[in-house]
Amino acid sequence: MDTHQTSNEHGVAGTPAVSARNISKTYGEVEALRNLTLEFPHGQLTSLLGPSGCGKTTLLKIIAGLLEPTSGEVEVNGRPVTGPGPDRAFVFQDFALLPWANVLRNVGFGLELRGMAASEREAIAEKYIRNVGLAGFENSYPHELSGGMRQRVGLARALAVDSEVLLMDEPFSAVDEQTRRKFQEDLLSLVAQENKTFLFVTHSIEEAVYVSDQIAILLPRPSRVSEIIRPQGLRSKDVADIRRHPEYLDIVDQIWDSLRSYVE
Amino acid sequence: MKILGIRLPGMSSLILWGLLWEAVGQSGFTFFLPPLSEVLATLFAIIGTPAFQKALSETAQAFLAGVFSAVVIGIPVGILMGKNRWVDELLLPWVNIFLSAPLTALVPVLMVLFGFGMKSIIITTTLFAIWIIILNARAGVMQINRSLVEMALSFGASPWDAFVKIYFWAALPEILGGVRIGVIRAVKGVIIGQLLISIVGFGALFELYSANFLMSHFWAVLIVLFALAFTVSELLAGLERRVAYYAAKR
Repeated sequence: MDTHQTSNEHGVAGTPAVSARNISKTYGEVEALRNLTLEFPHGQLTSLLGPSGCGKTTLLKIIAGLLEPTSGEVEVNGRPVTGPGPDRAFVFQDFALLPWANVLRNVGFGLELRGMAASEREAIAEKYIRNVGLAGFENSYPHELSGGMRQRVGLARALAVDSEVLLMDEPFSAVDEQTRRKFQEDLLSLVAQENKTFLFVTHSIEEAVYVSDQIAILLPRPSRVSEIIRPQGLRSKDVADIRRHPEYLDIVDQIWDSLRSYVE
Repeated sequence: MKILGIRLPGMSSLILWGLLWEAVGQSGFTFFLPPLSEVLATLFAIIGTPAFQKALSETAQAFLAGVFSAVVIGIPVGILMGKNRWVDELLLPWVNIFLSAPLTALVPVLMVLFGFGMKSIIITTTLFAIWIIILNARAGVMQINRSLVEMALSFGASPWDAFVKIYFWAALPEILGGVRIGVIRAVKGVIIGQLLISIVGFGALFELYSANFLMSHFWAVLIVLFALAFTVSELLAGLERRVAYYAAKR
């Protein structure tokens, strides 16, 4: 990947690529989100962290345009969100691969839905299959792959449509621990290489601190942002050293202190 | 199954039942059941006759037309019912009623509405097959993984895209199961139609042979019919096995 621009038509590094303003969402009697406001800086990875049931996936799906907020609005690069759009791509917790399609078709599926010709989308899909390290598996079917490989397919599919914003819903929670660590390292280099904005939902404190430029801590019932933490000195470190860095350990402790009372 | 270390091919038990049939037939126990060998001899004698060929083609036409309409109408209706609660609430009672209703009793009504010809036979065939096809397509869609639908929507799928690229394929194992059972019911439908509405096709042969006590002819036609129904059903079962690899992993 060549050097990325700090400024382009999509926005400037550090300015919000996505803003959620005064978002509320109720399901009948249940208030899932109340008046939540949060900004996601361009080119950075923001984690939504909180105990289960705190509405972090709901917020992500509202930003994706898959759910409508009861009130409030979402803007992506200044344009209001009214539904799913080509400026956002989603990575699913359960991978959401077509079981009847091989890796090549799965990775190109987003492009297929946009009406791109088969030869063109297959060339792009092949490139991203190589990028996520699945070369040679183009003609395999999802049930022949391990969980980690399936999520690589899901990631390649989201990258292939070249959206400015990547929405990741607990993408690593269904893969084993070793694979998850490798994914986290790969994610860091992806954020560094691609000029994209990442929204990352997780329930793992360590994972959030490890991968994030910004961590939004959500507290439940009804959900609101209780705290925003921006690790300062972790990005410049080698991926192998982050977990030993005092700032990493301090932030993990600090977050656990604020969350522990919500865990029964 | 294995006997004395030799692996028996599927349905070897039919040989045993065939021998029993032959024995009972040879014993002259009842004129109603001639020996199997005689039935088979009759079968080969009549299979090339113009009367038999005409009956076969009449039956096949009505059967194929009936199954075709049941599939082409039934699958989309079933998918719509699975997708949309309103459509489901509206149609489900009727589908359930017709699934268990004695459809044969409706045949006279169809004759009044659609006449005594091929049209009524085809509609009878369709009515026998369609309800289980609808219910199975509906069941297939209802168990669909929600995140597959969300995935398609998030990548900009139109409702039509979602219908043909997600819902249909995700429900395909159930749909094929429904079509297989529907086809078996359609065989019933086409023969009942041919017996009750206008005496054509295999129905006419059954009528002719049983009225004249030509029992070996009667059994010969029945064997042909069973064999055809069984072959179609096995072909569909084969298709079902081809999609079984993802049926368990959706």
